[in-house]
Amino acid sequence: MKEFHFHRASSVADAVAAVKGASAGKFLAGGQSLLPVLKLEMAEPSDLVSISRIKELRGVCVDGNKLLIGAVTTHAEVAASSEVKKHIPGLAALAEHIGDAQVRNRGTIGGSVAHADPAADYPAALVALGATIKTDRRAIAAEDFFTGLFETALEPDELVVAVHFPIPEKSAYAKFASHASKYALCGVMVSKTGSDVRVAVTGAGQKVFRVPEMEKALAARFEPSALDGISISADDLLSDGQASAEYRAHLVTVMAKRAVAAA
Amino acid sequence: MTTESKSLIGAPIARKEDRRFLTGTGRYTDDLNRLHQTHAVFLRSPHAHAKIVSINTSAAAAAPGVVAVYTGADIAADKVGGIPCGWLVKNKDGSNMVEPPHPALVADVVRHVGDQVAVVIAETKAQAKAALNLIEVEYDVLPAAATVRDAVAEGAPLVWEQAPGNTCFDWHLGDLAAVEAAFAKAHKIVEIEVTNNRLIPNAMEPRAAIGEYDAAGDMLTLYTTSQNPHLIRLLLGAFVLGVPEHKLRVVAPDVGGGFGSKIFHYAEEAVVVWAARKIGRPVKWTAERSESFMSDAHGRDTVMTAKLAVDREGNFLGFRVHNTANMGAYLSTFATAVPTYLSGTLMAGVYKTPAVYVEVRAVFTHTVPVDAYRGAGRPEATYVIERIVDKAARELGMDRLEIRKKNFIRTFPYKTPVALEYDTGDYDATLAMALEKADVKNYPSRVEASKKRGKLRGIGYSTYLEACGIAPSALVGALGARAGLYEAANVRVHPTGSVSVFTGTHSHGQGHETTFAQLVAQQLGIPFDKVEVVHGDSDKIPFGMGTYGSRSLSVGGSAIVKAVDKIIAKGKKIAAHLLEAGEADIEFKDGKFVVAGTDKSKAFGEIAFAAYVPHNYPIDTVEPGLDESAFYDPKNFTYPAGTHVVEVEVDPDTGVVTVESVVAADDVGVIINPMIVDGQMHGGLAQGIGQALFEECVYDESGQLLTGSYMTYSMPRAADFPMFKVGNHVTACTHNPIGAKGVGEVGAIGVPPATINAVLDALAPLGVTDIQMPATPEKVWRAIVAAKGSKAQ
Ligand SMILES: Cc1cc2nc3c(=O)[nH]c(=O)nc-3n(C[C@H](O)[C@H](O)[C@H](O)COP(=O)(O)OP(=O)(O)OC[C@H]3O[C@@H](n4cnc5c(N)ncnc54)[C@H](O)[C@@H]3O)c2cc1C
Repeated sequence: MKEFHFHRASSVADAVAAVKGASAGKFLAGGQSLLPVLKLEMAEPSDLVSISRIKELRGVCVDGNKLLIGAVTTHAEVAASSEVKKHIPGLAALAEHIGDAQVRNRGTIGGSVAHADPAADYPAALVALGATIKTDRRAIAAEDFFTGLFETALEPDELVVAVHFPIPEKSAYAKFASHASKYALCGVMVSKTGSDVRVAVTGAGQKVFRVPEMEKALAARFEPSALDGISISADDLLSDGQASAEYRAHLVTVMAKRAVAAA
Repeated sequence: MTTESKSLIGAPIARKEDRRFLTGTGRYTDDLNRLHQTHAVFLRSPHAHAKIVSINTSAAAAAPGVVAVYTGADIAADKVGGIPCGWLVKNKDGSNMVEPPHPALVADVVRHVGDQVAVVIAETKAQAKAALNLIEVEYDVLPAAATVRDAVAEGAPLVWEQAPGNTCFDWHLGDLAAVEAAFAKAHKIVEIEVTNNRLIPNAMEPRAAIGEYDAAGDMLTLYTTSQNPHLIRLLLGAFVLGVPEHKLRVVAPDVGGGFGSKIFHYAEEAVVVWAARKIGRPVKWTAERSESFMSDAHGRDTVMTAKLAVDREGNFLGFRVHNTANMGAYLSTFATAVPTYLSGTLMAGVYKTPAVYVEVRAVFTHTVPVDAYRGAGRPEATYVIERIVDKAARELGMDRLEIRKKNFIRTFPYKTPVALEYDTGDYDATLAMALEKADVKNYPSRVEASKKRGKLRGIGYSTYLEACGIAPSALVGALGARAGLYEAANVRVHPTGSVSVFTGTHSHGQGHETTFAQLVAQQLGIPFDKVEVVHGDSDKIPFGMGTYGSRSLSVGGSAIVKAVDKIIAKGKKIAAHLLEAGEADIEFKDGKFVVAGTDKSKAFGEIAFAAYVPHNYPIDTVEPGLDESAFYDPKNFTYPAGTHVVEVEVDPDTGVVTVESVVAADDVGVIINPMIVDGQMHGGLAQGIGQALFEECVYDESGQLLTGSYMTYSMPRAADFPMFKVGNHVTACTHNPIGAKGVGEVGAIGVPPATINAVLDALAPLGVTDIQMPATPEKVWRAIVAAKGSKAQ
């Protein structure tokens, strides 16, 4: 790991200013994705700006028909939150199965979405639930936020402040984890609010994506069997030693059915 | 040995060593810091096969904090010897195996990803790492052969010019003519091809080494993560550095797991000692985890084809195996013995197959050396045997247990067609115990319950045998071992009757400090906490061959027992004097020397005191002091055996296999501490199921290591397993004084085929007949899809 300057930010403005002012600054949240990258010397930031003690970034609250989760809220906090469990139980269950206990106690929702790992779980929830990402300067719809493999719409000095989730009628997440890493080889989140059904897939492709054919079938009949015979093409899916594209494509249908059954 | 009512033999005493391990006060190599110490990091090859065209270290040498930078040229200039191989295997024609050089730093051609090219030594590790990036190496990248199949292919890139076809040796054992005759009269010939997936040992503590030079005494010291410090001293001193033993001390302090990977002498150990002498300061190196993946010796990696000849009733007539074994790019310390003398000799298993023939072609590949890993050769033998036996039963329409029982060896001693002589065993007893513990009678109801949940259930068996307690020195010497395999012990009784036991074995998770203390306390009739066990320092221990091959209790423990026998014999002489009786009339019992038939006695402590304060003492005939050493050379291997039963559930939609039940009924000989034995079983079973379902080291066709971290190399976790049910049936080993056989490797040996047999049993209704380890979800799913496809046609 290369040497860097460390700052502990006291406010959103302080954090953004610190990253702006550095030659190659980066926000540090739980460090669960950033520290491995630094150890492997795949990134060499000049400055790390810790945001994890900024009070306004932490916590869960309900605002009308929306659930608001602050950026530095840990996965463990989301999993344990009575508000999340009450309003979007599928999201609490998702958080409960991220990595292992240590990762959940350190890793944050803001860090997860900003990192945009193609195998991360939250992106499926954000897209399926139609969430909005609030930053220090704007609001970005989830579908516009994830732009590619480890790529987002964020500017280098832009800070995720919170994620706003509309509360659905029902939703559930089904994950097929890599045995080695516990990341998703395929994770499917389904949500239903009236006739609006969404199916979002993470882990299988370069970035989270929706499956319109499944959404249509489920809008007509929200049951696992509605997905019988619907499969997605393996063409654009990830293929690696953990799982071939063909297997991932197969898992999308299996996991989608399981998510529908659980919703 | 006496086993009294409140015997310490068989007592589940909590491990002495756990207090320090659980409170973080163990002392591992990386915990040691020497005065004026420097830090070494190694530059490792990013290529599997490449010529080093040029190497420029000047920028690195000038970097802040750098003390020295060395390359292969410096090693060569100092005439540092190569890392030796400890076992010479002969070809079928009697000629020697190909034994290529293994330099401590490579000067000309790198032969695997991770091969060490240079070392940077600096004041801090961070400075050394920063300087490492400044070394410029120009490589001419060459094609590589990373897998067994690639290495034997026509026109494959050669790892060594002197090894055409990449063949290291072509060895065989058994009577080919007898096997051919058996096949000629067979009712059926069952065939199978199995791979033993390559494994990365992943000890919790990464390897580390500190070299130190004391100019005043011209003494070298190596602190290292080793399972056998004396063997390292021998290899490093005699072969690599040319330093005599009395000038070289090797210390292996607490070691955090080895599983075989810390038996071997590694290049880094040689480099830190050599460099310490050159710079006149201690040099410390600790592997990072990613270095461990690419530089620790790997395990297994064999491809076997086998044929079993059976008659109509299911009697085995002949068995024939061809094994292609991956050696990696260089020959590690025991690499050549693993597929041959530790595997080929096991091919009879527990069965009375009259004719067995095994051939091994060992091949070089552009990968990390492969060597012994928990089980070392015996898991590979067990796997092919127990898979083909299941297959034979299915092809003959016989019950899988009936065919096993029909062929069990039941008379002992039993001489196998592949060179071993089993002294004792009772395979029916462990089988019966396993079936009982596995509740096999109610298995059908569990199948139904699984079916209701949409799952396929399977049960698998393995009735395994292994040979451990290695090994009779004359025998292994005749077979090519370049060392003896006895063990040494020194038992030092202190003046007030407490005891220090110095053993040549090494404990790195096995609990020797507890087990050996129980053994000695029992034999001397003194309290357990009066005995301290010391290991791991060549300056303290008379000699030792270390810990591997489940040898520590049966061989090392036997040496201790013999040393204690000498203590007791001397004690009798002293007691006879003090009690004014004839030596022949003195009995030693319950910690007392007693004049037979009287109540006259002297406690052990009194005799010890007399020996060190010899005022009233038979000084003309008996030396003062009570301190005895013994060396024990085993007469035979020991032969643990047993039955493992695994039940799995397969999710047909995803191919995920979940382990529902694991039962092990083992005969590991006489048990000193059953809690430690259970612990060894639990770890071994987890590792064995890890091999069967999760773990696999994968290189791509260019020789890049694809599974170089825990993101892609899948380790078994506690949550993957149900509670293990383990039990023991003891037949005592007939040829060592303890009756112990060995338990360290049994779990990893017996359970992989039971697991795969269970998976295949679950998939049998779908028509799946084969699956290779590890049975990952995708592999199982593909097998199901393929079977459905072929059924549909
Ligand atoms: C062993 C292991 C297993 C894991 N398994 C899973 C899994 O199963 N599923 C899963 O989804 N994830 C998994 N993760 C990743 C984990 O969820 C991380 O916590 C998450 O990806 C990053 O969150 P963090 O708070 O640790 O961010 P950090 O590592 O601190 O930061 C990650 C990146 O995001 C940036 N960043 C952080 N916060 C913000 C912010 N508020 N605004 C803008 N940029 C920001 C940082 O600059 C950095 O580039 C795993 C991680 C590990 C180590």
